[in-house]
Amino acid sequence: MPTVWFALIAFMVGVYVLLDGFDLGAGVIHLLAARTPEERRQVVRAVGPVWDGNEVWLLAAGGAIFAAFPLLYASSFSGFYLPLIMVLWMLMLRGLAIELRAHIDDPLWTTFWDALFFLGSLLLAVFFGAALGNVVRGVPLDAKGYFFEPLWTTFNPRSAQPGILDWYTVLIGVLALATLVMHGANYVALKTEGALNERSRRIGRLACAATALLTVLGTVATFWLRSSMWTSFTGRPWGFVFPVLAVGGLLAVAYFQAKGRELASLLGSGAYILGMLTSTAFAVYPNVLPAVDPANSLTVSNAAAPHYGLVAAVIWWGIAMVLAAVYFVFLYRMFRGKVRLTSEPGY
Amino acid sequence: MNDAVVISRLQFAFTATYHYLFPQFTMGMALLILIFKSLSLRSGKEAYNQAARFWTKIFAITFVMGVVTGIPMEFQFGTNWALFSSYAGNVIAQTLAMEGAFAFFLESTFLGLLLFGERRLGRRGHWAASLLVFAGTWASGFFIVAANAWLQHPVGYTLQQGAMRLTDYWAVLFNSWTGPAYLHVMSGAVVTGTFATAGLGAFYLLRNQHVSYARMFLTVGVTVGLLASIVQLFPSGDLEGRQVAANQPEKLAAMEGQFTTEQGAGIALIGQPDVQAQQLDNAIKIPRVLSFLTYRRWSAEVLGLNAFPAANWPTAIELLYFVYHIMVGLGTIFIAVMGAAAILLRRKTLWTSRPMLWILLLSIPFPFIANTAGWFTSEIGRQPWLIYNLLRIPEGASTVVSSGNVLFTLIGFAGMYLVMGLLYVVLIVREVGSGPEAEESRPQSTAAVVG
Repeated sequence: MPTVWFALIAFMVGVYVLLDGFDLGAGVIHLLAARTPEERRQVVRAVGPVWDGNEVWLLAAGGAIFAAFPLLYASSFSGFYLPLIMVLWMLMLRGLAIELRAHIDDPLWTTFWDALFFLGSLLLAVFFGAALGNVVRGVPLDAKGYFFEPLWTTFNPRSAQPGILDWYTVLIGVLALATLVMHGANYVALKTEGALNERSRRIGRLACAATALLTVLGTVATFWLRSSMWTSFTGRPWGFVFPVLAVGGLLAVAYFQAKGRELASLLGSGAYILGMLTSTAFAVYPNVLPAVDPANSLTVSNAAAPHYGLVAAVIWWGIAMVLAAVYFVFLYRMFRGKVRLTSEPGY
Repeated sequence: MNDAVVISRLQFAFTATYHYLFPQFTMGMALLILIFKSLSLRSGKEAYNQAARFWTKIFAITFVMGVVTGIPMEFQFGTNWALFSSYAGNVIAQTLAMEGAFAFFLESTFLGLLLFGERRLGRRGHWAASLLVFAGTWASGFFIVAANAWLQHPVGYTLQQGAMRLTDYWAVLFNSWTGPAYLHVMSGAVVTGTFATAGLGAFYLLRNQHVSYARMFLTVGVTVGLLASIVQLFPSGDLEGRQVAANQPEKLAAMEGQFTTEQGAGIALIGQPDVQAQQLDNAIKIPRVLSFLTYRRWSAEVLGLNAFPAANWPTAIELLYFVYHIMVGLGTIFIAVMGAAAILLRRKTLWTSRPMLWILLLSIPFPFIANTAGWFTSEIGRQPWLIYNLLRIPEGASTVVSSGNVLFTLIGFAGMYLVMGLLYVVLIVREVGSGPEAEESRPQSTAAVVG
């Protein structure tokens, strides 16, 4: 059961990054890709109806971690206190920027929110990447299962007292940024036309190349820093399917971007994201939060809730996911196609 | 209690109080928007639809405030209350996680459709979107009340060597505490929404602007508002009071200023609690009423604070007493205000009775205060317990987070929320100023689906 929940939570986190990932990416690129007020409105309008539902996957995943792995929830949230609260603040600014931007028709107002949309999205992408880097690198857990990390210490990931930011986690943060820029650009290209579409596609191609380079760097750094990540694969070779998905996805992005196939490019970057996240989850397992001192690592065994609760939750979770899938399919179908700015209510 | 715990408590209280200002309004508005959409669908009158569009704009601004201030709440259990989370997570996170998995997905996806999809969905589809937004927001209310209910009245668990384990999921989902609490919270939200609607109608009528919409807002607001105000007192307030008396007698004693055990205890309408002397100063009491309200017998014994060890008394008795009395006092006034307005509405003299319109206008902020006072009563009364009779507040706090870190984040939240509050007021005032009438350039909604 704990392993089942490990997989379900990895799935939810994956779906979150897949969906809100293109909202964040769109936020990062929109100042560059969209040059006129009209184009800026189009980018915001592309994410407008869907960003809130996409963000819910983060909340749902957080709630699931709380229910299924309460010690992991308690330990990681208090241990990562400051950056986590800052992530909340960035999420707040991002959400407000999207929703409030169109309510006052004034250039100063829209410029202000455009800047916050950009900054919030950028910082979120980097912070999320760094968070994942911290999980892989390991945190200074004590024997009771708790830790606290300041924002930085010596920037050395091999330190006995690492900080949130060191050269490794920043590298992963930059990789995450490149990934979401690529993914967001693919989405904006799919939803727009004309000059905006062309600029997005150009950014997407550059970001794909950057992502490829950073993936190589990040993967080498990961295996060099934590050889257990590599031995997870060699020990259970079926797990190679996840990195293959990631590589295949990235190749697909490069191929379909060149061919101008926008939806296929987006599906490719989505596959890359899923492949990378599932690879990481697979390699970290059975740890849920590795420790600097491996004896203190939180695992699927020592951090999980008792069996009864896990079973009860899996049942209602299944129902909830089916319903959510229905809502999302309906929502995206309703808003398929290129963004057309009309004077309809809302935007 | 160490500094970090005190500041963590302050942060949770502040962020939760500020957050709840918004969902009480949106949950109330969700019902009213559904009513306007239903009236429009049934009567074919576009004016009702336009009213729904107007309130949806106010809903959207309020909802995003609620969402962004709500996210910190889910995470704050882990950041500042880690020991509580680890101890009780396998039980309480069931309902908390269900809120995310069921209610948030529902309300967020269909809000997108409500805001942007009127043309694509057509009349019936758009009405359905408003129904599902209502369902999502009210489901969210259910799950969060259920989570709080477990703190007040823990059920469905065993303790094995001090470790809390869930043993009965259904007992947690259908905790007897949840029903009355949910009814009371939701009708409280409807009170907020209806006073805002009726109050805005009164505002426009007093200025002789948007007259037909003003009358519509008043009619719907007063009608639904009277119902909600009554339900707030009876049966929901009564049920809440009785379950507090039955399950949390120390809370009841403290909030009523009942220092000593008494048979045929009277209810204090007013008075200042003197905790040091264990008495109520200059109290005006109606004899025997408290006994009747809580136990349905005029001579029933009501336990006073002196029947319990001082270590289990709520830690802020004076504050608890006052917020409770503010809540009840306001709740009674709401019935009077809506009742008077309803009578004038029936007599068709409401539109011209300016004193009543003024009262309705000035009443707008008070349901926000009453709902806040009610939650203060519920939560301050639960103290010193985090989980009633199981875990005290300091026992649940995060040990790894220093007071400096918590103060940093508290100041950060306070600063952001201050600015956000100002922004909110500015935006709402602008929407109110624009008014409900359609812009000339807005095309009428058609049944065509535009891809």
